[in-house]
Amino acid sequence: MFIAELRQQLKGGEISARELIEHYLGRIESVENTLHAYLEVTAERALAEADLIDQMRAEGKPLPPLAGVPIAVKDNLCTQGIRTSCSSKMLEKFVPPYESTVTKRLWEAGAVLLGKTNLDEFAMGSSTETSAFGATSNPWDPSRVPGGSSGGSAAAVAAGECIAALGSDTGGSIRQPASFCGVVGVKPTYGRVSRWGLVAFASSLDQVGPFATNVADAAEILKVISGHDPLDSTSINASVPDYCSSLSNSVQGLRIGLIKECFEQKGLSSEVKTSVMTAANLLQSLGAELLEVSCPRFNDGIATYYVIAPSEASANLARYDGVKYGYRSEGANNLAEMTSRSRAEGFGSEVQRRILIGTYALSAGYGEAYYKKAQQVRTLIRRDFEKAFDSVDILLTPTSPTTAFSAGKHANDPLSMYLADLLTIPANLAGLPALSLPCGFDGSGLPIGVQLISNVLEESRLLNVAHQYEQAAEVMANRPKANLVP
Amino acid sequence: MSEVEAAWEAVIGLETHIQLGTDSKIFSPASTIFGEDPNTHIDPIVCGLPGTLPVLNQKVLEFAVKAAMALNLKIAKHSKFDRKQYFYPDLPKNYQISQFDQPIAEDGWIEVEVAEKGKDSYLKKVGIERLHMEEDAGKLVHAGSDRLAGSTHSLVDYNRAGVALAEIVSMPDLRTGREASEYASEIRRIVRYLGVSDGNMQEGSLRCDVNISVRRGSEAPFGTKVEIKNMNSFSAIQKACEYEIQRQIKLYESGEKVVQETRLWDENKQNTRSMRSKEGSSDYRYFPDPDLGPIEVSHQTCEAWRAELPELPVAKRHRYVSEFGLSSYDARVLTDERQMAEYFEDAVSQASDPKAVANWIQGDIAAHVNAKRISYSALPLTPENLAEMIKLIEVGKISGKIAKEILPELLEKGGSPTLIVEQRGLGMISDPQLIEELVDELLSAHPNEVASFRGGKNKLQGFFVGQLMKKTGGKVDPKLANQILIKKLKG
Repeated sequence: MFIAELRQQLKGGEISARELIEHYLGRIESVENTLHAYLEVTAERALAEADLIDQMRAEGKPLPPLAGVPIAVKDNLCTQGIRTSCSSKMLEKFVPPYESTVTKRLWEAGAVLLGKTNLDEFAMGSSTETSAFGATSNPWDPSRVPGGSSGGSAAAVAAGECIAALGSDTGGSIRQPASFCGVVGVKPTYGRVSRWGLVAFASSLDQVGPFATNVADAAEILKVISGHDPLDSTSINASVPDYCSSLSNSVQGLRIGLIKECFEQKGLSSEVKTSVMTAANLLQSLGAELLEVSCPRFNDGIATYYVIAPSEASANLARYDGVKYGYRSEGANNLAEMTSRSRAEGFGSEVQRRILIGTYALSAGYGEAYYKKAQQVRTLIRRDFEKAFDSVDILLTPTSPTTAFSAGKHANDPLSMYLADLLTIPANLAGLPALSLPCGFDGSGLPIGVQLISNVLEESRLLNVAHQYEQAAEVMANRPKANLVP
Repeated sequence: MSEVEAAWEAVIGLETHIQLGTDSKIFSPASTIFGEDPNTHIDPIVCGLPGTLPVLNQKVLEFAVKAAMALNLKIAKHSKFDRKQYFYPDLPKNYQISQFDQPIAEDGWIEVEVAEKGKDSYLKKVGIERLHMEEDAGKLVHAGSDRLAGSTHSLVDYNRAGVALAEIVSMPDLRTGREASEYASEIRRIVRYLGVSDGNMQEGSLRCDVNISVRRGSEAPFGTKVEIKNMNSFSAIQKACEYEIQRQIKLYESGEKVVQETRLWDENKQNTRSMRSKEGSSDYRYFPDPDLGPIEVSHQTCEAWRAELPELPVAKRHRYVSEFGLSSYDARVLTDERQMAEYFEDAVSQASDPKAVANWIQGDIAAHVNAKRISYSALPLTPENLAEMIKLIEVGKISGKIAKEILPELLEKGGSPTLIVEQRGLGMISDPQLIEELVDELLSAHPNEVASFRGGKNKLQGFFVGQLMKKTGGKVDPKLANQILIKKLKG
């Protein structure tokens, strides 16, 4: 059901907010044993919220735009009074005394929190397997990963355990799981959405965005969470357009750039390539123009990212020392031992690996060679995009080189796992808005995602093109059967 | 100074931390009040809780830029914050937000007047390398020891964490302990004039670290540098430098080496002791803080802030000498505190003799203000009333002696000196006819003394003056009285 429809039904009395929430809680009950998308389900709170909305309806009060919309939130977004663990033993008992700006805006718009979703520990991973509290499965095939790091949110939306969800995207953590789970996932322009209350991984790359089953719903959520926030110095002070009103614009004359380097990837599966090209051709048939563009530095993205992100992470995660909050190792004999043991026991191996990489990259004598160099390459990647946008309006690539891989496939090979983000990372490095939406299925019945990237603050165009494609392609109408996908 | 010592030259530079006196912290709305119960002025940002973000307090930027302007530093068009990383429990995020390679201001100088008892004072221009903004750390309280090592456990108080600091780094231009302490006190004077810091060394709002080395003569390369910390007063800065210069010279003279290290000044023992070696210099893994955007101060804002700067102590000192004809000593004393200087200037604007105003302020008034620990603005004796009192003396309405008599009341209660003189009948007798009558009376009452005087005992004039004063309670105009007395005695 679309959020717009739901609004009408609630207003018309065809359904109550309580019935709606009970339906989703029931769904969670029936699939969570298999999926483990949620770390915590806030059923009591959700029902209480639903009753308040029903009371407003009974009193004939006007309902806020997202009234009753059940939402799942990635567990690296702080929710006041509700544990926010980042899927880490380090924050297993951390209950924030403040609310993140994005969730605050959602609740103010009437949305209802259903629960907190699983992620790779501190959002570091591409499979949701590094969670300290167990992995999440892919609803299309539980033996597969849902992608990551926002795998819990993507799986919850795909499995009908919520209407929409929030995730965070540092190098593809919204788009890649959206692709793997066959849902829509949007990473906004860096600074479009406030980071206040988002537990930092790599501050210059992190951005919060929505998951939904369709573009229109994603646009509704994005509209609510976007906009300037005085609590975040990096948030952009620019007005937020009505993303929903431009969805039906025609793509006639739109210039779509196909990034050459993306389609020439060695690891790109032929099924993915074919499906994405078919999507491009459909847009062409709707009146868009297809152009090949080159971003020569595109493939340097991953190396650049794996210097910048761990460097920032090594500083961002230094605060977890067992002194103030979070996990503290028992029985240490002195301060140094308390800090090192708390961190060794509280962080999982992938987090420790990235802290070590970042600490090394910033160390005296290496800072110039790694961090500064990476920042320079980052600038070159940004310029590639700027140049591309001189001749096209929007860029189109596959979201991920492959469909969802089997659980455990990359568990012992971090480098091959890192390659899963090859196509999504450059948009983070350049701060550009990008989304992934389903464009087909592979031979095993697993969803394939197409990525659209637009220029800074052009989320409207991004959503418009995605919506036009979605309406014409009817990908989900012809989807293969999957038990856990409603 | 011995001959051996004279062959050596000390090279001293200071790193001064000024606590900027904003109501809230540099990156959060938490209060900066000093001396409250532990951990009562903290918030999630100060504690570095996950998901919190710093936002620069614009007042901090204003204070830092104003301080930089007063130190003749060039304000950077683009500047940024960096993370300085090290693990210590008083640092909530385990990194300090500071400025590394692009400070808010660079390349300045101040003029320092170096004055020492028994020596001629001189002016010294001291270069200032940079000023940057940063956040302060919290405080550890160790149980069972005064430091981490050896304590049974330690407690941390984050009240001070996140308080805004400006770090001012001087060039290695200072040559003596006295120059170092004069430089530090001039910095303090300036920031207090600006109102950007209270500069209180006891409470730690002004902290100085000294970098010091010695070399053989002024052309030799710099010697090994030692850092000294823990000086809680300007005299401690001077003494620590002087001690350290001696220590280093002795080491070199006896063929030993100076070790690069940090030393602590011990106020009780009046010496420095080694704290830690600096040979393996720390790696702070600086990198630009991605949570904070670039700092850009527009030309317009800069000029608006510049227009708000008060006249600085150095300008006042020069003006007091050139405009008011004061000695450089008087100028220095009067300009030490902005309020005192303003009080002085207010009084001078209404009285004719700046020297007289200066004397009264530096004497009884300063003594009163210091004893009562009040500020000049809270003094009941207004500058206008002080000027009025000085005028009464100038026109001969009262003597200096009478003025001293009424001053305590003026200082305590204020009011018009003219009125007090009238009410208490303290006005001077300056009517020649009245004085002639008084003299006549006096002379006829002392015929023997008159005869002696006229017989050549000139000294007796003092006796008559004394008698006249006694008779009138000191109120007779001494100049006029003398004239009339001599005329009558000789006549």
